[in-house]
Amino acid sequence: MELTHEDGGEIFMKTGTLKQVLLITDGCSNKGEDPIAMAALANEQGITVNVIGVMEQDTIDEQGMKEIEGIALSGGGVSQIVYAQQLSQTVQMVTKKAMTQTLQGVVNKELQQILGSSKTMEDLPPEKRGEVMEVVDELGETVELEVLVLLDTSASMKHKLPTVKEALLDLSLSLNARSGENRYSVFVFPGKKKDVEKLMDWTPRLESLTSIFPKLSTGGITPTGPALKEAVYYFKHKRSLRSLISSDDEYFEESI
Amino acid sequence: MMNTSKSPFKINGGTVVKGKWHNKQYTILKELGYGANGTVFLADSRIGKVALKLSNNSVSITSEVNVLKSFAKVQGYSLGPSLIDVDDWVTNKGNISFYVMEYINGPDLLAFIHNKEGSWIDVLMIQLLKDLQVLHENNWVFGDLKPENLIITGPPTKIRCIDVGGTTIIGRAIKEFTEFFDRGYWGLGTRKAEPSYDLFAVAMIMLNIYYPKRFNKTEGGIKQLQTMIRQKKGLLRYEGILIKALTGKYQSAKEMRFDLLKLTNGGNTSRRKVVAGSQANISRQVKGQNLQTSNTRSKMVKKKKKAGWIESMLIIILISICYILYIYGQLT
Repeated sequence: MELTHEDGGEIFMKTGTLKQVLLITDGCSNKGEDPIAMAALANEQGITVNVIGVMEQDTIDEQGMKEIEGIALSGGGVSQIVYAQQLSQTVQMVTKKAMTQTLQGVVNKELQQILGSSKTMEDLPPEKRGEVMEVVDELGETVELEVLVLLDTSASMKHKLPTVKEALLDLSLSLNARSGENRYSVFVFPGKKKDVEKLMDWTPRLESLTSIFPKLSTGGITPTGPALKEAVYYFKHKRSLRSLISSDDEYFEESI
Repeated sequence: MMNTSKSPFKINGGTVVKGKWHNKQYTILKELGYGANGTVFLADSRIGKVALKLSNNSVSITSEVNVLKSFAKVQGYSLGPSLIDVDDWVTNKGNISFYVMEYINGPDLLAFIHNKEGSWIDVLMIQLLKDLQVLHENNWVFGDLKPENLIITGPPTKIRCIDVGGTTIIGRAIKEFTEFFDRGYWGLGTRKAEPSYDLFAVAMIMLNIYYPKRFNKTEGGIKQLQTMIRQKKGLLRYEGILIKALTGKYQSAKEMRFDLLKLTNGGNTSRRKVVAGSQANISRQVKGQNLQTSNTRSKMVKKKKKAGWIESMLIIILISICYILYIYGQLT
């Protein structure tokens, strides 16, 4: 866990932006690459992968549960299994928790440079810890955040999609209350022709999702691995494009 | 949520929790409750009974301790528990962070209100609003206000709050909330920490009192909430105040408290009788500071009203004199 935080933290230190994939699914992948491996790959490149497993009244199968936990663990993120009704509360909680986790990793690394190799926040006396926590809180409030929503639209998810839409709007409500900037994009899998399809390009307004959602069609397969791979590619692709246009990112690094 | 459906700590009564940094000892008596961020136990210490919160997540512990520490600096504020100790407990499964606070004992708001006459709602809400006012003036918003977090202690009867997990610096994003009491959920505002965020929750607490099982969001928005208010006779009385709070029209807890006091003290004669009766009742039972101040407040209002009357009479007399002089001038 310690290592994975550092990876997200490194990218954060370079760009001043936290990058998260939010995978919403209801079961096991059945096509393409191993999603756990793909999550590890994402994390290596500074992207945190969070997973939310949406349950029916009955429970999710054990294999699916294992996969959900595995993806979040190797993706350096947070996982949670919920009933559809509780989705809104969970989505915003998981996102915030993962942010704090990554930021704490960043701060811990800074502490190590100041205090010596093996020190983390937990090694400080409780009095000092409070001051460090204020820094983490402050960062969480002001940091730029990019969330790529990766939504499972296999047949069994179909009737949960209205709840998912509500939860995503609720997420934007929570994140937009921060003073830092947010950007969202939405991908669905399986897509109409490909494994993954882009539903919404990077935008600060997740609300625009409302008009696109009704058009969603659902498919039979669940290519979670390929979807994660595409998500990482999309993050990277975008970054290289941006660095061509402006050098804003480096500027931000200095200001931290 | 599955992960929080069970308390993560199973600690037997009699277990001794010893702090690594301050070396203080606490003997666990029983579990009081658990939430997403940890479990609270009743414990015995050298200074008597205390509440001890254990969590695997030292981040949330530290965050809450920060809030409690800054509460300690605020004079005249006693809504939250006071902080006693912060430490780590070394176990064979690793370190567990904990903090120790004052043990606030009593029924929660809904349990207390149950079987009590309606005027108690007014008293407790007026108390709560006063504490919120002090909190807001010190740049904090409570965030996660709900009946479960409100404990009634006494005598003298006093409303206290036991969970500061949602308490946020004004201007930031609310740290923790519960959907029913969150204005964002009802589509009636942002999740930015502002005084009006807490006042919305206070209004929803009053709805919760009359709808103990709460209700689900259908159309959402003020329309649904207004319908729910109008369906309960007890709530109808507060309609004006509730709608103002739910639509963010109150800038401060003071304004809402003032309106609630006005409603309690004023109204038609039959109501005044009821209120007067209950006031006497209360002053017998509650000798809290809050009520005394609320009495002085209402006296002040009366004085103000009298002063206003004299002022307008003076103005009328002055204008009439000017007019008479003018007419007199015209005639001569």
